Amino acid sequence: MPLMKRNGAVCWVPRDSKKQLVIWFGWFIGIMLVFLCWQSISAKTMWVFAADAPEQLRLMLMRMFPPKLEYMDKLWKPLWDTLNIATLGTLLGVIIAVPVASAAALNTTPSKRLVRPLAMVILVSSRSVNSLIWAILLVTIVGPGILAGIIAIALRSIGFVGKLLYEAIEEIDKTQVEAVTATGAAPAQVFSYGIVPQIMPAFAGISLYRWDINIRESTILGYVGAGGIGLNLSSSLSILAWSQVSLILIAVLITVVASEWISARVRSRLI
Amino acid sequence: MPLVQSAGGVCWKKRKIIENTPLRISLILAGVIYIALALSSVDVNWVRVQEGMGRGLAFLGSFLQPDFFSRSAEIFEGILESITMTVVATAVGIILSIPVGVGAAGNIAPFPVYFICRSIITVSRTFPEVIIAIFFVAMFGFGALAGMLTLTFATIGFLAKLLADDIEDIDPVQTEAIRSTGAGFFQILTWSVQPQVMPRLIGLSVYRLDINFRESAVIGIVGAGGIGATLNTSIDRYEYDTTAAILIIIIVIVMCAEYASGIIRKRLQ
Repeated sequence: MPLMKRNGAVCWVPRDSKKQLVIWFGWFIGIMLVFLCWQSISAKTMWVFAADAPEQLRLMLMRMFPPKLEYMDKLWKPLWDTLNIATLGTLLGVIIAVPVASAAALNTTPSKRLVRPLAMVILVSSRSVNSLIWAILLVTIVGPGILAGIIAIALRSIGFVGKLLYEAIEEIDKTQVEAVTATGAAPAQVFSYGIVPQIMPAFAGISLYRWDINIRESTILGYVGAGGIGLNLSSSLSILAWSQVSLILIAVLITVVASEWISARVRSRLI
Repeated sequence: MPLVQSAGGVCWKKRKIIENTPLRISLILAGVIYIALALSSVDVNWVRVQEGMGRGLAFLGSFLQPDFFSRSAEIFEGILESITMTVVATAVGIILSIPVGVGAAGNIAPFPVYFICRSIITVSRTFPEVIIAIFFVAMFGFGALAGMLTLTFATIGFLAKLLADDIEDIDPVQTEAIRSTGAGFFQILTWSVQPQVMPRLIGLSVYRLDINFRESAVIGIVGAGGIGATLNTSIDRYEYDTTAAILIIIIVIVMCAEYASGIIRKRLQ
């Protein structure tokens, strides 16, 4: 318990003075760093343009309300496409993620020296590149449309699902695997009877969680031409049809909140 | 243990995830029908795909020979801008997310405050960063300021939600003890709530720093500055070797950041 003498009386303080000094120094460095970064941003900003932001916001909100409800007729198809991009993308991603994850997990990998690092590189590079960037690349390769969106979502999901899945595989109970092996089971049987039942709840949970993230991400893929409601968003924005934009935003909000609710409900029942 | 009688005696069968047979079969059927419908809505222009394959191969080829040098000044500037955006946005985001997070914790905030703070969190978490960036760009003009504000806004939703959930989970006994000494609301916060949530808050902030950098690579596409803008330009110019170089740099930085943040978070727990 650090105690300090102050004006002759002994006081209790949360930390001793040396530790306090280190903490203050850390704060000092941190604040200086943030300040420096802010200065460089501020130097590049045209403050004349930024100054009228409240006015811009007011005008934007004025143009957005009321939302143009008739436009909803044209939104059902893009919404359906968005749902399909997210779902099929998740499915494809999960299908690829399973072998990659089992190659990356320490206890199931065929070779620690060769296969595991390769699987890790796949997982990390898939996770570091956002689905929107994948979508831009894929639109130039397979052309605009929902196929590019599906592949983009799948490529991004591999890393996420694969990482969480291989961690789940590494945490399984070894004794069960040993018990199945002791019955003389072949490697494939060990996998399906010793490992799969243990990771199934985690696997389903992870996939559903990713599905709900993918719904959110697929709403913007259309912005670069990869299908879904983002396509309507970008065209409405470019013709300055703000009352359509607000309706699209409401549709996105409802879809995302609903998918999050569904995924949370199903996950809480599974686990 | 599910056992079944069969011709050869008693057999063991694997346990099904959904025990109720009609429900399971109808769920499977619904799934199959949905997938068939969804697949049929995917219309692929195979001629276009075939044309694009050449470009795909060119892209793969340039990944093997990335060009770091011919645009190195732009790349460096973009990365630096992304990092400054990330740092400021994370710092401001943390500062702003603390009051919102405290307000969104059901056990210490009154209902109207709770409701307002939870709505802020929902809006910020629902919309993808890119959509938010579009609006900030419209309001503040192109450049890093709009990007920084976008990341700040997204950080508030993320951190405040997790902080609020954390505060709701704290040990009430400690709060009770502090309250019994006659402490006011802010004294309860500093002496009972803050010590309990601080380690996790720091861990989450480090994690968010890492996410913000990743996102800063994307919001540049809609004009919010950073490495995303450089990336988008290089794709538009069909300079795939530069694109590959930028992607590799992003991957390496994200990998290092993730590794570092993993170590920091492990040491905190």
